[in-house]
Amino acid sequence: MKNPIAGGAGSAARVEVALPHSGAVRRRAFERLLENERLLAFALLTPTVVLLGAFIAYPFVMGVWFSLSDISVGQPAHFVGLKNFVKAWNDSIFRTAFWNTTVYTFWATIFKLALGMWLAIILNRHFRGKRLVRASMLLPFIIPTVLSTFAWRWMFDPTFSVLNWTLYKMGVIVTKLPFLSNGDWALWCAIAVNTWRGMPFFAITLLAGLQTINTDLHEAASLDGANGWKRFWHVTWPLLKPVTVVVVVFSIIQTFSDFQLIYVLTGGGPANSTHLLATYAYQIGVATGLLGEGAAISLFMLPVLFLVVWAQLRYLRKLEGA
Amino acid sequence: MAQVMMKDLNKKYDEVHAVKDVNLHIRDKEFVVLVGPSGCGKSTTLRMVAGLEEITGGEITIGDRIVNDLPPKDRDIAMVFQNYALYPHMTVYDNMAFGLKMRKFPKPEIAKRVQEAAEILGIQELLKRKPRQLSGGQRQRVAVGRAIVRHPQVFLFDEPLSNLDAKLRVQMRVELKRLHDRLETTAIYVTHDQVEAMTLGDRVVVMKDGWIQQVGEPLELYSKPANRFVAGFIGSPAMNFMEVAVAEANGALWLDTTGLRVKVPAPLAGRLGAYKGQRITLGIRPEDLHMATSNDPADYSFDAIVEVVEPLGSEILLDVKVGQSVIVARVDPTVRAKLNDKLRLALHPERVRIFDNKTELAI
Repeated sequence: MKNPIAGGAGSAARVEVALPHSGAVRRRAFERLLENERLLAFALLTPTVVLLGAFIAYPFVMGVWFSLSDISVGQPAHFVGLKNFVKAWNDSIFRTAFWNTTVYTFWATIFKLALGMWLAIILNRHFRGKRLVRASMLLPFIIPTVLSTFAWRWMFDPTFSVLNWTLYKMGVIVTKLPFLSNGDWALWCAIAVNTWRGMPFFAITLLAGLQTINTDLHEAASLDGANGWKRFWHVTWPLLKPVTVVVVVFSIIQTFSDFQLIYVLTGGGPANSTHLLATYAYQIGVATGLLGEGAAISLFMLPVLFLVVWAQLRYLRKLEGA
Repeated sequence: MAQVMMKDLNKKYDEVHAVKDVNLHIRDKEFVVLVGPSGCGKSTTLRMVAGLEEITGGEITIGDRIVNDLPPKDRDIAMVFQNYALYPHMTVYDNMAFGLKMRKFPKPEIAKRVQEAAEILGIQELLKRKPRQLSGGQRQRVAVGRAIVRHPQVFLFDEPLSNLDAKLRVQMRVELKRLHDRLETTAIYVTHDQVEAMTLGDRVVVMKDGWIQQVGEPLELYSKPANRFVAGFIGSPAMNFMEVAVAEANGALWLDTTGLRVKVPAPLAGRLGAYKGQRITLGIRPEDLHMATSNDPADYSFDAIVEVVEPLGSEILLDVKVGQSVIVARVDPTVRAKLNDKLRLALHPERVRIFDNKTELAI
């Protein structure tokens, strides 16, 4: 009888009890608690639930409450119904911000997908220096967004732009390009920077997906008479679709709620023409102090993102079922 | 329908010389099997014919075209892969139709050919399924079907049966043979399984370390192996090898080692004259040994001690110790032998093989 404590009670009569140290007893009791699945599940889940509750659920509920109230910095909240939402909807800057967010998300995601796919396919081949390229490709993703965006802001700077200087010296342009001083240009600059920053994520994820595709399939397809493009279209793309859907949705969520990049690059300017929902919500809610209105603006993101996630889940389920 | 010619074919990777000076003429409608241990260059050779590997040196001709610089799709060949390589997102029908679609065949023609192939292979019921809903044997049939709908000039098989379980493998082997008889298309088949090679091939090519060791009909390889490697590779259980000395006594040549002394049979004696006093390798197939009877001359029999008895039903394999070596004898199932029994075995003198110790070539 090695284990008089945990052993069956039935054999207790024959057991010569050699009492272990109290420390060992406690340890065994603890081990026994861990054997209890319900208890173990509870112990493992609690930290997550607490963290999610404190940093996601509570702020979210507060946000919803704020959006329905007239709270501002230093003032108590009174319930005002949907007034904040109506006001935002009638605000032309809000509409611009909503439109900008849509354009920004749409094009940035398309560019990231196209370029990321292209990079992934290149990196899936064997060539000299592949590892170096793969590592350096991750740089835009690793550098903190604020830092890299600062660098980009300098490159787009009205006075010191290295891009303008280069193009001018090469004789491509005669006057400076208004990178950030024209609203339309500025939004496209932001899309470019977002693409630059987000492409590695696409490339790495799609590359992981590509590597799961058996090379025999490509060989079989090339024997079947498919050229490079047809092999991509009939073999690679369909097999990569589940991965693609997941990264695209991830990217849409992140891009749609993007804040740092615009905040650093244009601050929403010139003349509020490049605001996204997140930066405008920040401007109204935090900078101006109208917490209720800011909360309402940011909540406009919710239904859009909800739809995107719902569509993704539905699509993936269909793929799995097929 | 076409012949395939390989002329001085070579494949070099950075550090590995995988295929060395392969010369092979595969005739129209012939079923040729490339066989050898892993890394012998057989798959690489096949892949060069397919166009999936670049050719480092030499020339491949399919039909009357040199195909060295032709992409795989223009070589008019079809290949069956070891892991089937079915497109997982397509139905069985689409898998089989894909090659025809890519070649812009009209739809009715595609349907006709797929139906035809499905009938031959008995997979009509499966056409609407996806590959992952199929068993291994069914997948293999679809993979073969995908190849035959194309009516190619040459079929290439890259170890197509090695992912199947033993029973299914035997069954598919028979089906492939029947299929080849029916389609009468030139086929090159790669395997590491010598039984597959022997049963399927009109001719078998044994390869090792990138070199062709011998090309011949199955029974020719079995009875007249060109060298020690082929002798040991073809046949199961493998041929026994013993190192022996060639000695002259009483006006005859003898093969001599501890525990064994047999007279050199007359037809061999002439060829062995030059080896007098030297050591050579004696090769005896397990099936060429039997329990000695009073009819067996003493010159061709010897004593052996039983070490392992493997009763297989139709025969018994005895691992026996002869002098210093252990050899396998394949004896009649009526033989009753126990561990450590002392037996007297006899060999068929006209069936022994002898090999030069240095060159390993058959003498």
